[in-house]
Amino acid sequence: MPPKGWVEINELYCKACETCVTDCPTQTLALDMSRLTVKGYHPAHMLHPENCIACGTCAVVCPDAAITVFRGVRPGDEKGGEAA
Amino acid sequence: MTETDVKVVYKRPLGFTDRTTHYCPGCTHGVAHRLIAEVLEEMGELNNTIGVAPVGCAVFAYNYFNFDFVEAAHGRAPAMATGIKRTLPNKIVFTYQGDGDLASMGMGEIVAAAARGEHFTVIFINNTNYGMTGGQMAPTTLPGQKTSSSPLGRDVETQGYPIRTAELLATLDGAAFVARRSLHDARSIRNAKRAIRTAFEAQKQGLGFSMIELLSICPTNWGLKPAAARTWLAEHMLPYYPVGDFKVSTAVSEMKIGGN
Repeated sequence: MPPKGWVEINELYCKACETCVTDCPTQTLALDMSRLTVKGYHPAHMLHPENCIACGTCAVVCPDAAITVFRGVRPGDEKGGEAA
Repeated sequence: MTETDVKVVYKRPLGFTDRTTHYCPGCTHGVAHRLIAEVLEEMGELNNTIGVAPVGCAVFAYNYFNFDFVEAAHGRAPAMATGIKRTLPNKIVFTYQGDGDLASMGMGEIVAAAARGEHFTVIFINNTNYGMTGGQMAPTTLPGQKTSSSPLGRDVETQGYPIRTAELLATLDGAAFVARRSLHDARSIRNAKRAIRTAFEAQKQGLGFSMIELLSICPTNWGLKPAAARTWLAEHMLPYYPVGDFKVSTAVSEMKIGGN
């Protein structure tokens, strides 16, 4: 089944507090330990984009309003691809 | 499928500027800010709002909101909001205060403002310590809770008991809507947003003073990771500070809120 949506995390705002990672009901999100943001945090990213159900829980709990949640199929979606 | 099938479920509210906040990672100040921005956006009042910032961690709140803001002296935000609301009664006026600001320094101000039934809204952040200055004991610190100025835990024999601000203000006749909500999980945050909406609607309709107390985490000063801090809030703060509506005036309970 294709994912029901996707999230985009603005790395300008993400502070790696892991609140979205903890609260995601489908374990879609994780911190990207291979990268650092300009502020020096490991940003959250979609580790399992195929799991996303676009419920918006991550955005509701995000203290820095860094997350945009989309429902639908990502234009030009390559399965398992990273958010641009 | 085409791009038109894509729906934005959630995006950053228009009431925010592009700046990053100075809050610690995981701090629920950001959540409270976002809820206020969302509610004002939904009510169409972004261009008609004046906020009053406190002294405390939220002292720079005016940098993060896209509408007018003023900065009050420590604890004096209710006095300032009183003046603004009385001179500009058509504006939505709210104060955003922490527990060091509201429950300690400004306890006299807030009680007097509520007793007078001033027509503004107070958003009160309760994280059981003075966050900005290094986590000292506040009037809201729980019995036995260790802070930087009560390293052995708050001893109620010498340091007294925590103040339940929402219950206290609910006894005043001037208060129209007084409620407490928590920000420790998604469901609580959604409930908190509804309460904030009710408070602002009550103000818009001139029903009197409204205050929402929001239980918040302070991961840095509690010495916990954000996830552990949220668990700590649920386990320790909720039993002492129960969420609920403590004062709902008849006019507020009969109020109609669109899309809520």
